[in-house]
Amino acid sequence: MRKTPLYDYHLKLGATIIDFGGWAMPVQYTSVMEEHHATRNAAGLFDICHMGEIDVKGPLAFDLLQWVMSRNLEGQKIGEMKLSVMTNEKGGIIDDLTVYMLAVGHYRLITNAGTKDKDLNWILKAKEEKGLADVEIIDLSDKTGKVDIQGPRAEVILQKLVPDDLSHLKFYCFMESKILNVPAIISRSGYTGEDGFEIYVEAQRTGEVWDKLLETGAEYGLKPVGLGARDTLRLECGMMLYGSDMDESTTPFEVVYGWVTNLEKDFVGRDILRKQREKGVEKKLVGFKMEERGIARHGYKVFKNGREIGAVTSGTFAPTVNKAIGMAFVPVSCKEPGTEISIQIRNKQSKAKVVKLPFYKREK
Amino acid sequence: MTKPNPDNRRYSKEHEWAKDNGDGTITMGITDHAQELLTDIVFVELPETGKKIEQSEPVAVVESVKSVSDVYSPVSGEVVEVNDILEEQPELINQDAFGEGWIARIKMDDPAELDNLMDASAYTALIDEEEH
Repeated sequence: MRKTPLYDYHLKLGATIIDFGGWAMPVQYTSVMEEHHATRNAAGLFDICHMGEIDVKGPLAFDLLQWVMSRNLEGQKIGEMKLSVMTNEKGGIIDDLTVYMLAVGHYRLITNAGTKDKDLNWILKAKEEKGLADVEIIDLSDKTGKVDIQGPRAEVILQKLVPDDLSHLKFYCFMESKILNVPAIISRSGYTGEDGFEIYVEAQRTGEVWDKLLETGAEYGLKPVGLGARDTLRLECGMMLYGSDMDESTTPFEVVYGWVTNLEKDFVGRDILRKQREKGVEKKLVGFKMEERGIARHGYKVFKNGREIGAVTSGTFAPTVNKAIGMAFVPVSCKEPGTEISIQIRNKQSKAKVVKLPFYKREK
Repeated sequence: MTKPNPDNRRYSKEHEWAKDNGDGTITMGITDHAQELLTDIVFVELPETGKKIEQSEPVAVVESVKSVSDVYSPVSGEVVEVNDILEEQPELINQDAFGEGWIARIKMDDPAELDNLMDASAYTALIDEEEH
């Protein structure tokens, strides 16, 4: 298994380590519930070093990205980030990722861990096909450390270690600053539904940043948080997970990524997606809540009037919502909130109801 | 810290305990070590009373936030009572696995089956071994 620069730090904190797509990652330190609530009520610190960072550079970098990304990047300003997907020729999702605009002709893509190599090859191939030989594609993943600090106390903790004023940093914007005198990119964003920041530093300095954040945050209730709570936190706020809720067999319109897909500009898979948009999708990813006892899990079958209609993509007991929740693919005829469905849990079909996403929204 | 494994019970290698009630029944549950590995138990699926089971067959299901685990019956027999409170308070298993977190009472087909299980010191040695 591959290790992040923080692996030994996790062991020291008593974390339970699991294999997450080939990476040895902490699933929990004390308990998923405790870490979940710490993030919602105070702050949580996450090792996200496994995710990929790819730089796209050169005068024609924008042209290449416009071709591979579903999102229209026109009008993006330096210091802004955009969520997007990359689709293949069939409109299937290769990855969901964020695009940071560092300068004119200089972008940084943040990819999922398990898809990084695939993304890199895809972009290199697109570059060849488009004849954009001058665009530089640089894989910075091994050199880059990433930690997320999330939760209502994230800003006050991070501000103690950052010279620039974080209060002016808007949602989905970033600044190039320093943390502990280590050059850092800091964006106001995350994967928990809370206020918070994603922090990028050079890999070798990640350990000192991690330790100092934990030390500084202790009095504010900051806790290290593993992938277990990362999953319950993201699911409660209706965020999808690549590989569970979507993959190359699903399109942006079948999941909740229509809003990052701009059919007015040309990009890979656009024409097929336009047709799908006109015709309407057949299946749709929806949120559901269990109405009967039981917890739905990834892969469980979904039924309507005794007939199998789909499958659960994500499911868990949600600590803040205090209910068993999940996401599932269902035929569009069953996508409306309030639709009664049932989930096959072991040898019983248990009642559930389609609900509007997200399950949880923080008070602002 | 894990609580000590009481001497008055027998243990399975799948981390269940069985306490002989002296009336042909045993009370069973999962060990404190097992609840510690699972953490945050949020759901328990109990068997129905009257259900007949074989030794080492699944008798209940416990779920933590992250995982689903079968609980195996330490003996063959018939379920005569279940701990209904767990349906509302599954966390009792985390809090008191050897006491209030008991799962079921089972009328034994053959009390000699208890001899297939470990005593407290053998079980303690097993979990020490697993941890190292």
